[in-house]
Amino acid sequence: MKITLFIPCFIDQYYPGAGIGMVRILEKLGHTVDYPESQTCCGQPAFNSGYWDEARSVAETMLDAFRDAEVVVGVSGSCGAMLKVFYPELFHGKPREAEAKALAAKTHEFSSFLVNVLGVGDIGASFPAKATFHDGCHGLRELGIKREPRELLKHVRGLELVEMKEAETCCGFGGTFSVKFPEISTAMGEVKCASILETGAELVISNDSSCLMQIQGLFDRQGQKIKSMHLAEVLAHF
Amino acid sequence: MSTESVQFHHDADRLTHDLRHRALIQKALGGYYVKRDEQKAKYTDWQQARASAAAAKYEAVNHLDKYLVELSDKLAARGTKVFWAADGPEAADYIASVARDAGVKRIIKSKTMTGEEIHLGQALEKAGLEVVESDLGEFIVQLRGEPPYHIVFPSMHLTRGEIDETFQKKLGSPHADTPEELTMIARNVMRQKYCEADMGISGANFAVAETGHISITENEGNARLSTSLPRVLVSIVGIEKVVPKLDDLAVLLPMLATAGAGQNMTCYNTLLGGPRQPGETDGPTEFHVVLLDNRRTSLLADPEQRDALHCIRCGACLNVCPIFKNIGGHSYGTTYQGPIGSVITPHLRGLQSWKHLSFSSSLCGACHEACPVKIDLHHHLLQNRRNAIAEKPVWWEKPIFAGFAWFMCRPALYRFAAPLLRLGAPFLHAIRGKFFDPARVWTGTRDLPPAPPQSFKEYWRHRNAKR
Ligand code: SF4
Repeated sequence: MKITLFIPCFIDQYYPGAGIGMVRILEKLGHTVDYPESQTCCGQPAFNSGYWDEARSVAETMLDAFRDAEVVVGVSGSCGAMLKVFYPELFHGKPREAEAKALAAKTHEFSSFLVNVLGVGDIGASFPAKATFHDGCHGLRELGIKREPRELLKHVRGLELVEMKEAETCCGFGGTFSVKFPEISTAMGEVKCASILETGAELVISNDSSCLMQIQGLFDRQGQKIKSMHLAEVLAHF
Repeated sequence: MSTESVQFHHDADRLTHDLRHRALIQKALGGYYVKRDEQKAKYTDWQQARASAAAAKYEAVNHLDKYLVELSDKLAARGTKVFWAADGPEAADYIASVARDAGVKRIIKSKTMTGEEIHLGQALEKAGLEVVESDLGEFIVQLRGEPPYHIVFPSMHLTRGEIDETFQKKLGSPHADTPEELTMIARNVMRQKYCEADMGISGANFAVAETGHISITENEGNARLSTSLPRVLVSIVGIEKVVPKLDDLAVLLPMLATAGAGQNMTCYNTLLGGPRQPGETDGPTEFHVVLLDNRRTSLLADPEQRDALHCIRCGACLNVCPIFKNIGGHSYGTTYQGPIGSVITPHLRGLQSWKHLSFSSSLCGACHEACPVKIDLHHHLLQNRRNAIAEKPVWWEKPIFAGFAWFMCRPALYRFAAPLLRLGAPFLHAIRGKFFDPARVWTGTRDLPPAPPQSFKEYWRHRNAKR
């Protein structure tokens, strides 16, 4: 299958490892990977801030970038939800609505694509560590992804997965919310971090790098040794 | 920034640093989660029940014209006086005039958030009437001169010690240790008030159009006493409380109990059908129902957010909201706290003054997931943001997002300039926390990730060059 990658801007610039992991996994599974270089940002910062016209113009860049793709696989649950759930809303009643809906229909989040579309569970990865999984809210509630990452992690050799009490509680990132309301965002993050620490895990894994930026940012500031990794990076250890 | 917004930032920031408050609320809600899940597990299909509850409310809200008239006619047929109030002052004036005409001096009130919304208690006190809250939680916050902290648990922010202190100070009661002792103190005060009151005021959880009944659900029995002992009774009912059929309560009452308090059913469920009928020996001789609009019709006029009128005020969205849990109920400065308050307050009290509540959310969606009537709460927050900005963009944000869009619509420029921005980031360390540090709002409490040597785009180009 020819798979087109969706690597949103901040993964491109700050977390390329997640994207690289995805390339390695998909190629290992025998697929052809394509990456249109004209993709930039999904437009979410403007969308979430209420600037829908600006968000729409950025989104049109993405409609152009993925026009010829058969299937689009995104590495971030949050930006994936933007394409899949919010583009149809953003373009509702606008000229390119049909295109937005078509892109939504062919877009998948990485873990759900592996498990539900490709039917893969075991990638052949091994990663000895005691880890816990954080469900990013957009992946969890907009896209309904919960079982899939766990299914994939279950098969990673040497990895012990312990669930935290507040796995489904928001980490407090929330995009522009994190800088508009830094105090509230931080308090939410502290609750999350405490829940992670309680598990005794040395590693926190998620399918959303933006959440990990918040969690790791807090842990680093607190001087905690816990590390964070994107799911694709862990699965690419084979 | 509106004054409401400035106040919100101030109060919310203070509470986020109050670790005692955080622990108190976490503990209080910890018990609720366990009980709620136990009860939810008893439903054959909770999602199906949510769909039925939402369908009943959808039917009512989308045919309010029909059901409100039916309700009003049925109530009137048994001698109840129905008053249609456009806003708070109209409702309060009417109730005050009823009290005056009936020679009422003392009022006992059971819990009503709709009454809270229009500051009914204060308005009646101003008219020279004594008003006593009979719900224990409401009674406590009334003694303290505070608004309810939570729409269902008005005094959940208080410890037993603080309640004891309040009782000692305000009621002159002796020191009490146990919840039972505290309840007895309140009960002794209240029993007297029930007997003396000439008017009872209640809210309504539902109003059944088919039969003309006001449905009240509660755990203390105080609403039942408040509505049956005094000779005059007034129920204040938001127009969205109407449901078409008596059967609708079969799904709505248990769901309200489960979502709201983790109960199978609430202890006391009362249906009020009218004043004392000929041949009956008890009950109020006068019964007035005040149907209140207070800008609910403007929410009704918004097809996108009309479902917010489905709300049964169970409080479940507050209980799961990580914002609420960290900033507490009072920080909102609204009658309705938490996600539902953030959604509807801009409609009820003005978008520009209250839009900050819609921005103060990570949009995690836990509220929507918890809502027994499936209100699309977190998406409504997004819509409020869009509407607020379309009406009045923020002067300094507008150029930022215009620039952002301009930049992101130019892939070639992005490819060239984004790495420069990324690699310029380490420079930020030199100015970290300083006034001109653009990342200050982030780095005040959190570290930034180190900038990787190459972006994904660079990796991809090198990889293809090698092939
Ligand atoms: S919005 Fe839903 S969850 Fe929140 S109080 Fe209303 S009914 Fe309950």
